[in-house]
Amino acid sequence: MSLELTKEEYIEETKEESHISLGQEKILRALESDDVRVHFEGSLDNQLVLNMGPQHPATHGVLQLVVSLDGESVVGTVPVLGYLHRGYEKLAENMTFHEFIPHTDRLDYLSPLANNVGYVLAIEKLLKIEATPRAQWIRTMCCEMARLASHLVWMGSMAMDVGALTVFLWTFTEREKILDILDILAGVRFTTSYTRIGGLALDMSDECKARLVAFLDQFIPKLEDARNLIERNKIFINRCEGVGYISKENAISLGMTGPNLRAAGVPNDLRIDDPYLKYPELDFNVPTATESDVLARYYVRVREMYETYKILRQCIEKLPQGPINTPDAKQVLPDKGEVYSKMEELIHDFMIVNFGNTPEKGVEAYQAIEASKGELGFYAISDGKGYPFRLKIRSPSFVNLSALPTLMKGAMISDIVAIIGSIDPVMGEADK
Amino acid sequence: MAELTEQIKNKLSESNGFTGVVFSENINYPMIEVPKERLVEIATILRDEFKFEQLRDIVSVDRFTKNERFESIYNLYSLTNKTRVFLKVKLDSKKPEVESLYPVWQSANWAEREAYDMMGIVYLNHPDLRRMYMMEEYEYHPLRKDYPLMGLPGAVTLPKK
Repeated sequence: MSLELTKEEYIEETKEESHISLGQEKILRALESDDVRVHFEGSLDNQLVLNMGPQHPATHGVLQLVVSLDGESVVGTVPVLGYLHRGYEKLAENMTFHEFIPHTDRLDYLSPLANNVGYVLAIEKLLKIEATPRAQWIRTMCCEMARLASHLVWMGSMAMDVGALTVFLWTFTEREKILDILDILAGVRFTTSYTRIGGLALDMSDECKARLVAFLDQFIPKLEDARNLIERNKIFINRCEGVGYISKENAISLGMTGPNLRAAGVPNDLRIDDPYLKYPELDFNVPTATESDVLARYYVRVREMYETYKILRQCIEKLPQGPINTPDAKQVLPDKGEVYSKMEELIHDFMIVNFGNTPEKGVEAYQAIEASKGELGFYAISDGKGYPFRLKIRSPSFVNLSALPTLMKGAMISDIVAIIGSIDPVMGEADK
Repeated sequence: MAELTEQIKNKLSESNGFTGVVFSENINYPMIEVPKERLVEIATILRDEFKFEQLRDIVSVDRFTKNERFESIYNLYSLTNKTRVFLKVKLDSKKPEVESLYPVWQSANWAEREAYDMMGIVYLNHPDLRRMYMMEEYEYHPLRKDYPLMGLPGAVTLPKK
């Protein structure tokens, strides 16, 4: 290739022979604009454009990264999203509020219970109803169990990203025990669809509660075992410490939330700052760190698991007796047993299933919860006919991923997987 | 919370030269509707004086009306005061364009790309306005109300019954 050509001319010239698509061209141009000079001449000392994913096991799903490298260090990153885009916001506009609940499972598929809770809380704001105390306590427990399950998956997969395989097996064993509890609680292990507008699908049985207590009794020693495997491991520490640094100002300006923001020294947690459910009645701390690197994010999440343990213990103690569904027959699905035996309930069930809940036209509501990855928000507008006019999902993974180019600057190739693992993205949520 | 809303109301009042700023109570957080010409100025005031350090999300809405069809709603969060407000601009039906907020908050980068991809709102002076989810060659903006759920022209035909 002739050296006289400018970059633009080179792209123009090679466009026809290499069939470079419009999308690829724009990605290459975005790399250049990022304080980066990309050379296309192909000699060894020049920068190299490397593609990673979307079918790469360390990208946690279908995340594609186009990285430009100078030797082995990263000078620019362009994340490419959309491989798991299913158009949930469009689908939501064409189904009733209840019909969308199973779809929320598929957003952050590592903590479906928290998504269910966040969604119904938003819709209850639209309808101006509130769940009963027992339902709220169970929902709080759901959020925390989801957080625990999600963090356990993260801990295992992140350790695996940097080369420690055993931790993955150990934390997955623990997560499996949580899924067994969910099996009793919701009837399903994974895609739970457990909440209903104004209540819950099923009550928490005594057996479920006993299983949860038995799980918590053995959980902390097991977590310590997994921690001991990696925290004193020199390879793990060396690969995490000082890698993937982001300044506090950048983390704030980029809109990061959740453990990633807390690891940058900002004690922001919606459970305390903008409380929902029963969190004001619970006693827990918000772990933070100031180092803002991969290791800091690791420690923040690990400490969060201890806080979650504390919250679950308190919830079990405080869980009151009572109904799980709000006594508002026009808005809340009646108990299935009564539907089969009573006329009134049958009518209400028919009306809600067929025509859905109908908030007033044009009413808007926003509800955010602190999910395991950060702020998960639902912005709903009612169209007055039982469908959402617009449902916007604010997914934490999407916004956290937008910090990748900043996090990657100056990292090595081998750090890329550690950094992706540390921000804990779930592509189902980022791509919606 | 209410105190802060009052302060914002005083700051953005007509006596300070802000015309067309409307406060609405339609949602469970304060909603401020601002004229699109002064969006960047008001956003900077909210960030610097009222400590709304984070832009957490952008909600784009297609009202499907004849005039001012599109809306761009900015979800602002204050880490200092632990409060949230929404900032709304109404945009033209034929040519929905508004100034980018990237100079104020970096998170506007991806959020605006998403709104552009899904709703076709063009953010002026955005550093890198590519599509977020759909492929570059795609002609439509799927979240617009006139985009059908299925049966798109040029799409793979549905199997006949």
